[in-house]
Amino acid sequence: MTLGDLWFIVDVLFWVGFFVLEGFDFGVGMLHSFLGRSDSERRVLVNTIGPVWDGNEVWLIVAGAVIFAAFPGWYATMFSTFYLALVVLLLALMLRGLSFEYQRKIDDPRWRSTWRWSLTIGSALIPLLAGVALGDLLHGLPIDKAHQFTGSFFTLLTPFGLWSGVTMLVLSLLMGATYLSLKTTGELRERAQKAAAAIGVVAVVVTFGFMTWIHVGLSNGFVPKPIEALGLIAVIAAAWLASVKAEGWAFVAAAVGIGATVGSIFQELFPRVMISTTNAAYTLTVNNTASPPYTLKVMTVVAVIFFPIVLIYQAWGYHIFRKRLAVPRVGGDDVAEKSPEVPAET
Amino acid sequence: MNLDLARWQFAITSIYHFLFVPVTIGLAFLVALLQTSWYRNGDETYRRLARFFGALLLINVAIGVVTGLIQEFEFGMNWSAYSRLVGNVFGGPLAMEGLVAFFLESTFLGIWIFGWNRLSKKAHLATIWLVAAGTILSAAFIMAANSWMQHPVGYVINHQTGQPQLNNIWALFTNPVFVWSYIHVLLASLVTGAVIMLAVSAWHMRRKQQVEAFRRSAMISLAVLLPAVILALFVGSELGVVEATYQPMKIAAAEAQWNTCDSHCSFSAFQIGGGNNDHTPTQIIEIPSLLSILATNSPNGKVEGLTQLNAQYQKEYGPGNYIPNVFIQYWSMRVMAYLATLVFVFALWGGWLLYRKRMDQAKWFLRIAPWVVILPFFINTAGWMLAENGRQPWIVQGLMKTANGVSPSVSATDIWISLVIFVLIFLVLGVADTWLMLRYGRRELGHDPLAKLVSPGGDAGPSSTEHESSDEDESALVY
Repeated sequence: MTLGDLWFIVDVLFWVGFFVLEGFDFGVGMLHSFLGRSDSERRVLVNTIGPVWDGNEVWLIVAGAVIFAAFPGWYATMFSTFYLALVVLLLALMLRGLSFEYQRKIDDPRWRSTWRWSLTIGSALIPLLAGVALGDLLHGLPIDKAHQFTGSFFTLLTPFGLWSGVTMLVLSLLMGATYLSLKTTGELRERAQKAAAAIGVVAVVVTFGFMTWIHVGLSNGFVPKPIEALGLIAVIAAAWLASVKAEGWAFVAAAVGIGATVGSIFQELFPRVMISTTNAAYTLTVNNTASPPYTLKVMTVVAVIFFPIVLIYQAWGYHIFRKRLAVPRVGGDDVAEKSPEVPAET
Repeated sequence: MNLDLARWQFAITSIYHFLFVPVTIGLAFLVALLQTSWYRNGDETYRRLARFFGALLLINVAIGVVTGLIQEFEFGMNWSAYSRLVGNVFGGPLAMEGLVAFFLESTFLGIWIFGWNRLSKKAHLATIWLVAAGTILSAAFIMAANSWMQHPVGYVINHQTGQPQLNNIWALFTNPVFVWSYIHVLLASLVTGAVIMLAVSAWHMRRKQQVEAFRRSAMISLAVLLPAVILALFVGSELGVVEATYQPMKIAAAEAQWNTCDSHCSFSAFQIGGGNNDHTPTQIIEIPSLLSILATNSPNGKVEGLTQLNAQYQKEYGPGNYIPNVFIQYWSMRVMAYLATLVFVFALWGGWLLYRKRMDQAKWFLRIAPWVVILPFFINTAGWMLAENGRQPWIVQGLMKTANGVSPSVSATDIWISLVIFVLIFLVLGVADTWLMLRYGRRELGHDPLAKLVSPGGDAGPSSTEHESSDEDESALVY
C-alpha cells in the first residue's frame, strides 16, 4: 500500500465521519420543524444537537482540506467542477450554521421563522448536494486530458448522482429520527419513534436501489461487495429496530448504514478518485493526483498524533451531554421566549 | 475578465471574513481572562461579565466560521490552477489547521456554551481556554500558508514537472515573514477585541449602568489594549523591514518610491496625486530619514525604487509589469499606521484616566470610546490590503503569477453568479450582525435567567419531579 492509498483511506474516514456525525444533525435540523409543534418543542429538539453540531461540521472541513493537501489535483478538479453546486452548498452551510446562534436572539416571529426555515432547508440541502457530488465522482463527468471539467451545471445532475443525494438525505433523516428518539422524552420521543419507523421503510427502498445501482448498474456483477451488503443490512436492521422502538440499536444501525453507503462509493471508486466519461485515460486517480511522499509523510505524522486526541475530546463532549432533554414545564418557556437574555447569557 | 472577477471575489470574501476573525481571537482571549478572574476570586460580577462578552463573542464566531468555509472552498473553486500546482505545500497547513486547531475550537466552544452548570468550574474554565488556544493555533496555520505565498521557503522545484514540492515543513514555521506577520496579526486581534470590550464598557459607564462591573471590564481591556497596541506598532515596523528584504516591491510601492534612494530616504505623510501613472506626486510633510529607518532599521539604509526593481524582475522573470497598484499600497499603509496611532493615543488616555481613577467622570473619553470601535476594522482591512496587494502580480512570490492561478473551467457567468450571491448574503448578514452586536452590547448586565429557571419558586410552585428534571431543562433552552 502506498502513502497515497493510505491517505485515500484517511480521507474516506473523514467523509464517513462527516456523514455519520452530521447525518443526525441534518436529520434533526430537517425534522425539528415538523416534529416540534410549539416553539419550545422545536427549541428542545434543536438543543439535542446544540453542543455537538459545530464540532461535527469540522469533519467536512477536514475531509475537504485533506483532499487539498494529499490530492491537490483531485481538489482542484473537484472544487472547480462543482462550482455552482458548491456556492449553493456554502449558502446552505452559512444559513444553517448561523440559525443555531441567531434564531433566539431577537424576539420577533418573522426573524425566528426565517432562521427556523434556514435550519430546516439548509439541513436538507447539504446532505443532498454532498451526496450528489460523491455520486458524480463515481458516475463520471466529462473531464478532458488536462483534468478540466468540460460540462455545465446541468451535466452535474447525473441520475446516479441524484439518487446518491436522495439516499444521503433519507439516511440523514433516519439517523435524525432515531437520534431524537434517544435524546428526548414524552410526547416528542413518541413522535420521533413514529417518524423513525416511517422513514425506515423509505430508507430501505432507497438504499436497496442505491446498492443495486452502485454494484450491478456500475460494475456489472451480482454479488455485492461486503461493505455494500453491510450497508443494506444495516439500514434494514435500523428500520426494523426503529419499528420495535429499540432506539439505541436503531441509531447504531442507521449510523453503520450511512457510513457503509458512503464507504461503498469510495470502495467502487478506488483507485480512481474522479472518473472521466470523456476518456478512461483522463480519469483522476490516487496516483496521478497525490502529493509527493514528503507532504504525505508530514501529514501522516500530524494525523497519527492529533486524530486520536480529537476522537477522545469529541467523545468526551458526547459523554457530558448524554442525557435526554425534556420540554421545560416550570414556565421557563415564558422566560425564555419573552426575554432575549436567555440565549444572550450563554 | 475571469481573473478580475475571481480577484474581486477573493478580495471581498477574505476582507469580509477578516472583519470577524480578529474579533473572535481577541474576545475569546478576553472572555477567558474574565472567566479566570471569576474562577480565582469567586466574584459573581466576573461570571456575568464573561457571559455578557461571551454572547458578543458567539454572535461573531458564527459569521467568522461560515465565511471561513468560503475561503477554504474558494482555493479549489476559483484558483484551481494554483491549488493544483502548490497544493502539496499550501494545502498542508490548511489540513493541519482543521485537524489541530479547528476541531479544538469548535468542539470546546459547543461544550463551553452548554457546559456552564454541567461541568465543574475548573473544567469549564479549561474549555474556554481551549477555545482561545484553538483560535490562536488556527491563525498560526493560516498565516504559515499565507506567508509561504509572500516568501516561499522549504520547497524544491521538481525538474521533470517544474512543480514546487515541499521538502521542509519546519521552514514554513520559521519563515521570518511568518514569525513577524503572525505575531502582528495576533496583536491586531487583541487590539480589536480589547477596543470592543472597552467601547461597550465605556458606553455603560457613561450611562451610569452597573459602573462598578463595567469599570472592571474596562480595566481588563485596557490592560490588554495598551501593551498590545504598542507591541503591534513595533512588530509592524519590524515586519516592514522583513518585507523590504523579501518583497522590496511591496515596500517601494507603499512609499510610492519610484527611484532608488541610497540613504536618508524621507517618508511622506501625505501625497496628492500618485498612482501607477503619476510618478511625481506632490508630497506633503516629508520626514527626513524615516523611510530608511522603517525599511531597514537604519537612517543610512537604501530603499530600492519601483522602476529599478521592475527592470531587475524583468531580467529575472521575463517581460512584464511587476509593479503592484501603488495607490492602494501607499494609502493602505498610511490608513493602517495613522489609525493605529490614534488607537494608541486613545489607549494612553484611557490608561491615564484609570491610573488617576477618573474614568467614571471622564465624559469625553466615555463619549468617544464607543466610536473608536470602528477603527480596528479599518486598520485590519488596510493591513491585509497592504500585504496582499503588495504581492501582486504574484500569487506566490516569484513562483506563480496570479493570472496563471485562476480556474480554467469556471466561466465568467459562474463567477458573476457566486459574486452576486456572496455580496447579497454578506450585506444581509452584516446588517444582522451589527444590529445584534449593538443590541447585545447595550443590554443590561443581568442576573442569570437560567439560574432563575432551574431554582424552585414562582407562581407555578414546581413539584419535586420538575425539580429533578431541572438539570435537563437548562440544556434544553440554551439555543
